[in-house]
Amino acid sequence: MKRITALLAFLILPAFAQGAQAKVRIVSTLQDFASISQSIGGDLVEADSLAKGYQDPHFVDAKPSFILKLSRADLLIVAGLELEIGYLPPLIDQSRNTKIHPGSPGYLDVSHGCDILERPVGQVTRAMGDVHPYGNPHFWTDPDNGRIIARSIAAKLAELDPAHRADYEKNLAAFEAKLAEKDKEWLAKMAPYAGAKVVSFHRSWPNFAKHFKLDVVGEIEPKPGIPPSPTHTLEIINLVTRDKIKVILVEPYFDLKTPKYIAGKTGASVVVTYPSVGGLPEIKDYFSLFDTDIDALVKGLGSGGR
Amino acid sequence: MARNRFHASLALLCLLFPMRPALAQEAAPAPASAAELEALRAEVQQLKQQIAALQAQIAALLASQPGAAPAGAAATPAPVVPPTAAPATEAPVPPAAITAATPTQTSNYFNPSISVIGNFLGVGGSNKTEDLPSMSLRESEVSFQAVVDPYARADFFISFPQEGVEVEEGFATFTALPWGLLAKVGRMRTSFGKINTLHLHVLPWPDEPLTIVNLLGGEEGWVGDGVSVAKLIPMGEVFSELTAQAFRGDAEGLFEAPGRELAYNAHYRIFTDLTESTNLDFGLSYARGPNGITERSDTQLEGIDTTFRWKPLRTATYRSMSARGEYIRSRKDLLLGTERAAGWFLSAEYQLAKRWFLGGRYERAEQADDAALLDKGGAAILTFWPSEFSQLRAELRRRIYATGETADEILVQIQFAIGAHGAHPF
Repeated sequence: MKRITALLAFLILPAFAQGAQAKVRIVSTLQDFASISQSIGGDLVEADSLAKGYQDPHFVDAKPSFILKLSRADLLIVAGLELEIGYLPPLIDQSRNTKIHPGSPGYLDVSHGCDILERPVGQVTRAMGDVHPYGNPHFWTDPDNGRIIARSIAAKLAELDPAHRADYEKNLAAFEAKLAEKDKEWLAKMAPYAGAKVVSFHRSWPNFAKHFKLDVVGEIEPKPGIPPSPTHTLEIINLVTRDKIKVILVEPYFDLKTPKYIAGKTGASVVVTYPSVGGLPEIKDYFSLFDTDIDALVKGLGSGGR
Repeated sequence: MARNRFHASLALLCLLFPMRPALAQEAAPAPASAAELEALRAEVQQLKQQIAALQAQIAALLASQPGAAPAGAAATPAPVVPPTAAPATEAPVPPAAITAATPTQTSNYFNPSISVIGNFLGVGGSNKTEDLPSMSLRESEVSFQAVVDPYARADFFISFPQEGVEVEEGFATFTALPWGLLAKVGRMRTSFGKINTLHLHVLPWPDEPLTIVNLLGGEEGWVGDGVSVAKLIPMGEVFSELTAQAFRGDAEGLFEAPGRELAYNAHYRIFTDLTESTNLDFGLSYARGPNGITERSDTQLEGIDTTFRWKPLRTATYRSMSARGEYIRSRKDLLLGTERAAGWFLSAEYQLAKRWFLGGRYERAEQADDAALLDKGGAAILTFWPSEFSQLRAELRRRIYATGETADEILVQIQFAIGAHGAHPF
């Protein structure tokens, strides 16, 4: 009995000792959440993400190397709303890490509390394409949601690592202050184009459009997840011509062929907008994400290829 | 009784509610004529009567329930009156009566995710060795998947082949074990190689390669009832996992136990990202089980599997490539000595566009019972995915059998999935 106790102590004690000093290891599905976590956690955390910012977040491969990352995580941050349904559940199951199972303290769904748009009303069928029954999962492209995400992460970090609660609160305050200041700048830049009609490739931008007062009047995809079809492309060309739309938004992971074809027929300009941090090497954090997108948009809307 | 009736009328209101927009729609487009108004009035009157009648029925039902209301209240038949005009002398209603009026159906929240996959196969050309029907709903697979409790999840795959029903897989996975372990108990596709772990509908071809057919017990591969334990052995950033499995010593076409002997399988898997867009999967397998020819005769299996994938992340949904190969060697104790047979296949798929994949496969395998009999074949495959939930595929296949027959065929496979969105296979 003694020997067993000693053995157990030998196994368990180092784990505690290590936990006391080690950084909080955060794994997020999207780079955006890793970046915000890094801003809130600073040196106290180590944040990594599964998907890259230039990758279609719906189609991430469930690579075993991700199982390794998850097996070592103290905190898993997800977008929720079934955005990760194609790859995350089997990875969590195989992670051998109960800390990050849904419902455990180390699992954080940052969509909670955010303003989620396009929740389908009425019956949902796949005749509508790849719809998300819980609402549009591209919610982090609104700085107001970014603030809520940052608060959720700060609260979670304070819960997991109460010793550094004050640090997380301080960093959160700094993040919020910077976000408020930057948001004023972004809104000012976008103000001249309030109500401007745009077309996007995929339905990734309702939250962004709401915050910056754009009007997304159509998508190049006939239905979410369905590639462009000739008839629908023709409809979009007519729409762009009729409404004198200046800008076609395309996420970095979609083929530019159809958007460019539409632009060629109508004189609108194709603007690649990045939905996530890491979409370009210079998009290093949540702030440069909006800096980049808004500059590109302003350029497109202002000069307006037409 | 007042509250009773209140609940009853609430329920009725809920029932009637969907009718209201319909009425509004009928009335809205043009100013209603006198005749239309009259018709509406009659309809409303009729509805009122129906409500009253239903109220009476509900009240009677509630009253007749034992213990629902004090004896005095229960004895009086419920009067047909509008809900506002409640009699003044009402006994207080015990809680039981209130709950009786609310739906008693149990919650659907914890129902498993359900999906159904149809796998339709049409075959043209001639083949006397493997006689696939000209057209068949080859398989309908129903899956039920859910988390059991904080410690386990369960997955059931019920397959309806051409005839009958079978549990293709049904297992619990224990996800909360210490020491990097993951255990499965139940019936499962065994971890021998890579292809054997995959269901027919996620294979990159419409058919099983000859290597599986000849050396792993037939078209179905090796499915076992038993226990599996997998240990994660990380080596830096390289994923490595050792799986040990024990199964009942019977598996159709592969193992046969005279008594309660078991079949064992061990699989070691290494996965590494070579670059951001390329990765390599490598596996070694060893299995051993009784073959029933004599009391102590065994079949031993050894396998190597490898998969290389290329998928640049930015254009991941448009362009990708994967190549895989598997080698299986069998040593089967027969009455006179041991038969050694081997087989392998190589295959590759290239994604031409968002929804189009072109593939090829070369296969050759000796037969486990007689290694002198060699079957071989080649195939070209074109796959189109209208959406993530349906798939059309055509395979041009030539197989040269040990019998001397050369069969040229076209296999056309149409698959369609409904229900819960499962994880994408990797």
